[in-house]
Amino acid sequence: MQAGKMTPFIKTGAIWAFVVLELIFFSVAGEFLSLSDKAFMDLDNMLLLLKQSAPIGIIAMGMTIIMINGNIDLSVGAIFALAAVILLDSMSWAIFAGLGDWVIPVSWALALLTGVVLGAVNGLIVWKTGVDAFIVTLGSMLGFRGLVFMYNGENPTSELNWTLVDFAEAQFLGLHTATWFLAAVTLVIWYVMTRTVHGRNAYAIGNNREAAVNAGIRVGPHMMINFMIIGFLAALSAVVFYSESGSVNPNDGQLYELWVITAVVLGGTKLTGGAGSIIGTLGGVLAIQLLRKGLGHIGADTETVNLVIGLILIAVLFLDRQLNLKGKEELKT
Amino acid sequence: MTDQTPALRLEGIVKSFPGVRALDGVSFAVMPGEVHALMGENGAGKSTLMKVLGGIHQPNEGQIIVSEVPTVMTSPLQAKSQGIVFIHQELSLAEELSVAENIYLGELPLKSFGRVDWAKLYAQTDAILAKLKVGFNAKTRVGDLSIANQQMVEIARALTVDAKAVIFDEPTASLTDAEKVVLFDVIADLKSQGVGIIYISHRMEEIFKITDRISVLRDGQYQGTVVTAETNEEGVTQMMIGRKLDLSRAAITHELGDIALEVRDLSCGKLFENVSFQVRRGEVLGFYGLVGAGRTEIAETLFGLRNPSGGTIHLDGNEIKINSPADAIAMGISLVPEDRKGQGLVLGMNCRDNMTLPQVSDLTAGPFVAEGAEIAIFDQYRDKLDIRTPGWKQTVGNLSGGNQQKIVIGKWLSMHPNVLIVDEPTRGIDVGSKSEIHNLIRELAAQGYAVIVISSEMPEVLHVSDRIVAMYSGKVMRTFTSAEVTEDNLIQAISGITPSNKVA
Amino acid sequence: MATLSKQDIGKILARQGILIAFAFFIIGFTLANGRFLSPDNVMGVVRSSAILGVMALGVTFVVISGNLDLSVGSMMSFSTIVVLDLHDKIGPALAIPAMFAMTLCLGAFIGFLVGYLKLNSLIVTLGMLSAIHGLTLTYSGGKNMDIADKDGTWFDVFGQGTALGIPVPILIFLALAALLGIILAKTPFGRKVYAVGGNGTAATFSGIKRARTVFFCYLMSAGCVATAGLIQASRSMGSQNTVGQGMELEVLAAVILGGASLLGGSGTIFKTVIGVLILGFIQNGLLLVGLQFYVQYVVTWVIIILAVWLDIAAKRGKLWSNFA
Repeated sequence: MQAGKMTPFIKTGAIWAFVVLELIFFSVAGEFLSLSDKAFMDLDNMLLLLKQSAPIGIIAMGMTIIMINGNIDLSVGAIFALAAVILLDSMSWAIFAGLGDWVIPVSWALALLTGVVLGAVNGLIVWKTGVDAFIVTLGSMLGFRGLVFMYNGENPTSELNWTLVDFAEAQFLGLHTATWFLAAVTLVIWYVMTRTVHGRNAYAIGNNREAAVNAGIRVGPHMMINFMIIGFLAALSAVVFYSESGSVNPNDGQLYELWVITAVVLGGTKLTGGAGSIIGTLGGVLAIQLLRKGLGHIGADTETVNLVIGLILIAVLFLDRQLNLKGKEELKT
Repeated sequence: MTDQTPALRLEGIVKSFPGVRALDGVSFAVMPGEVHALMGENGAGKSTLMKVLGGIHQPNEGQIIVSEVPTVMTSPLQAKSQGIVFIHQELSLAEELSVAENIYLGELPLKSFGRVDWAKLYAQTDAILAKLKVGFNAKTRVGDLSIANQQMVEIARALTVDAKAVIFDEPTASLTDAEKVVLFDVIADLKSQGVGIIYISHRMEEIFKITDRISVLRDGQYQGTVVTAETNEEGVTQMMIGRKLDLSRAAITHELGDIALEVRDLSCGKLFENVSFQVRRGEVLGFYGLVGAGRTEIAETLFGLRNPSGGTIHLDGNEIKINSPADAIAMGISLVPEDRKGQGLVLGMNCRDNMTLPQVSDLTAGPFVAEGAEIAIFDQYRDKLDIRTPGWKQTVGNLSGGNQQKIVIGKWLSMHPNVLIVDEPTRGIDVGSKSEIHNLIRELAAQGYAVIVISSEMPEVLHVSDRIVAMYSGKVMRTFTSAEVTEDNLIQAISGITPSNKVA
Repeated sequence: MATLSKQDIGKILARQGILIAFAFFIIGFTLANGRFLSPDNVMGVVRSSAILGVMALGVTFVVISGNLDLSVGSMMSFSTIVVLDLHDKIGPALAIPAMFAMTLCLGAFIGFLVGYLKLNSLIVTLGMLSAIHGLTLTYSGGKNMDIADKDGTWFDVFGQGTALGIPVPILIFLALAALLGIILAKTPFGRKVYAVGGNGTAATFSGIKRARTVFFCYLMSAGCVATAGLIQASRSMGSQNTVGQGMELEVLAAVILGGASLLGGSGTIFKTVIGVLILGFIQNGLLLVGLQFYVQYVVTWVIIILAVWLDIAAKRGKLWSNFA
């Protein structure tokens, strides 16, 4: 508890310090090692980096709420894929044939609705059965993936709408569409978590569930809403990504849950719930993307990214524990 | 006082659990503006009574009457809405949130779109905090506050409703003297506002300082209510202990053996300093002191769970180093821990497996556990300790507290230890089993074991010990022989008062 | 009385629910397709479940000790790639022990982090999932591995051979299940695993070296993974880098389906084998009645949730959660 004052600051501060460190390192190392003569901190490169951070980043914001709540969601990759299938497939449904480009908002709405419904299914099960979210979403990760396959077999679902592609590739004030979405989501979720009753209750539930229950907070519905939010965001991430790419394979989005959780944990959210910040998560997302791009930039095999990220995740966990141990006279159990 | 309407009245509350009648006809009333102490030993039924009041348990019989309206309590939240508020020993706060958010948890003032009305929240909170005259503000993160201040947050929470009765459960357990003064001021304040207060504590000096009346529970039964000014510590103790238990001083009935364990100047950070004592075979050495005096920490150090920062430990005259419980066990030092369910037993395992757990690696036939030998050990100690269980296959979690404790004791006895340390031997155990455990401890000493008993129940320590080490704030104040000790000098010693006689 | 009998039914359902559901499943599919219970088909199911099954045996130890292992999928692809690569370099007789040694090192590393440093197993193994995957890719340079001379080696025996008319993978799976089952149920180590998972503090207070116990659980898990990798490599004689990806969660699903609690302290090897077989038979049965393989995902989802739900409903004595 003595370290209590410092750790939240260190946690959010540390990830951004790490982001800066990465920027410096790759810029300097890039000078000597890079095959291309472009600087790492080239504006276009950085803008691209932000754009590429968006799919994981948007979901990570939802995962932050879920994890602050003391839960976890392993099914986001499958929700991402199913929403993408609905998005692309619905554009060619006969009933929408007369809509022209107006099919786009309709398909978007359908895809987002899919995400919300799938999230609600998770949330309802967690609420009503009391089964741990880890197991519930482990199950639905398989189940939702099964639904993806049942929809279109093992074939990819494709639909290229050029209006949509133009929109997705557009840059406004220099930033890509996807980046704007990430920024908007970050802002909204940050606002929710810091300024609204729902957000504050999320912390309370993760911190001390019993106290929250005793204070009359309805924990079940609260958690269900959060699962709906992350479902929505997973679908939004799919909408942003597949509007541009126009084709989804049934295996897309696999391992997304792991990337997302890694970003959130790097960003300082406590696994046991109760503590964490959206700004920290944004740092975690950028740190991962920087690492991917940076290692590529200095000519390291892209394969090493996984290795480095995995080890960094463990190192962060270790440091965090050392920080929290300090000054405590603990039992050796 | 009698012409007033009681703030809270209990009438014939009965609560039974399988095998135990935890509350047996409890009736008393708390007047507005009264500080009413509720006293009783551990296991007397105080916490069950609080759970009934908070709606966690439903009484089998009897009524809870708030301002003369019979009320059914269904949850702490609902009790609060009836004006009955609890200040728990274990604080129920969200550390990451601010003081204001904690005070209004579940009731944050709203603006449109679910936004928190921060201005209103902070204004309301500051108004409450001003009443309490605390040194922190509404925006402080609760995790950054001291325990005493966190308690103030809980109290502030109680003030957000129109409280009729506030129940303090051991509020001073972790407070410094200065912090206590502040707390007592707050209680006096509440009192002057006409709130009825139930004050649960073991500390006599506090009880006599701040309460108006005292109600006593013993073994779930209501023993009566007395006016504080008309009684004294002895009177209350009499009510609490009664005549039921034979807690007369134990007489040494056998010869003491050699010194088994000697500790010289043992220290562990600030937890305890320069502790020295010795235990002989055949002797029961009692440790007595308030919570936080360092008793349990000494036991944990002797059992290898803490690293000492200084001093030496000698077993049979040889200096030893204990780095882990495995070391301690190998040297014949055993600990029956304070928290039976958390530390003593694997509740989901069966009786036999729990009992043989420390020696399972040695009870082998080839590479396998010799289950026959295990069952033999279990049967032997079941008979010896009179453990009542259908059989060794019974899951330990299903046994009564007394039988669970005997499993833990049997676990160590079956390994024939040199020194047996028993921390709070009868916590949460019904009266019948209590005296059985006490007799057992005396018997073990007679058989030649060196036994250390740690207890926060004075009658227990007086009853089972040959000598008593009195501790205060991490230091040994005095070591009494059975002949020297009286309740008075023991209480003085554990309160940090050193009389003219020298500190041992 | 009505509530009592309802509770009793709930308890029976919860305790034996999996087996009951499994029985219905078998009966249903046998009626739908007579071939379902034919020896050939049963053998085929067990054989195709063997790799998953072997991994699940090790993970059972980890889960009973109160931890998780999400790295087994990546670790399996690591051992597959390594043994295939070394096969052509140093020959199978040396490649196999070398691969086992390397995989056990990974297991030891995880065991050290979770056991001795007491780091959260979910995150550690999540990190290792990524790290080992990266290690595999770095090792292989991203290329697929193939054994050059597929006919001139005895290496195919582990995945493709038969002994006494039974496919070797089945024999390995069953032998390992018997061995580990005995270790878990009958040895002091097994007892300690249950104690550490059931109540780690009480285990420490009984002199059990908790860190060491957890360490060995991860070592056993790694040993099982190496065995699974060996079967996989021997069966395919060549492999992609992604071979084990995603298996960690399927493995965990099998273990949970068998009734091990994620909180630790409960579960048995026998139950895990049942869990593995349930998954295998569901997959097979659905294929036999003409459904695609992915339908099993949805069925598995429903079964896992129901299984765990009934289990905890029986423990808390009511069907629905306590959440308001």
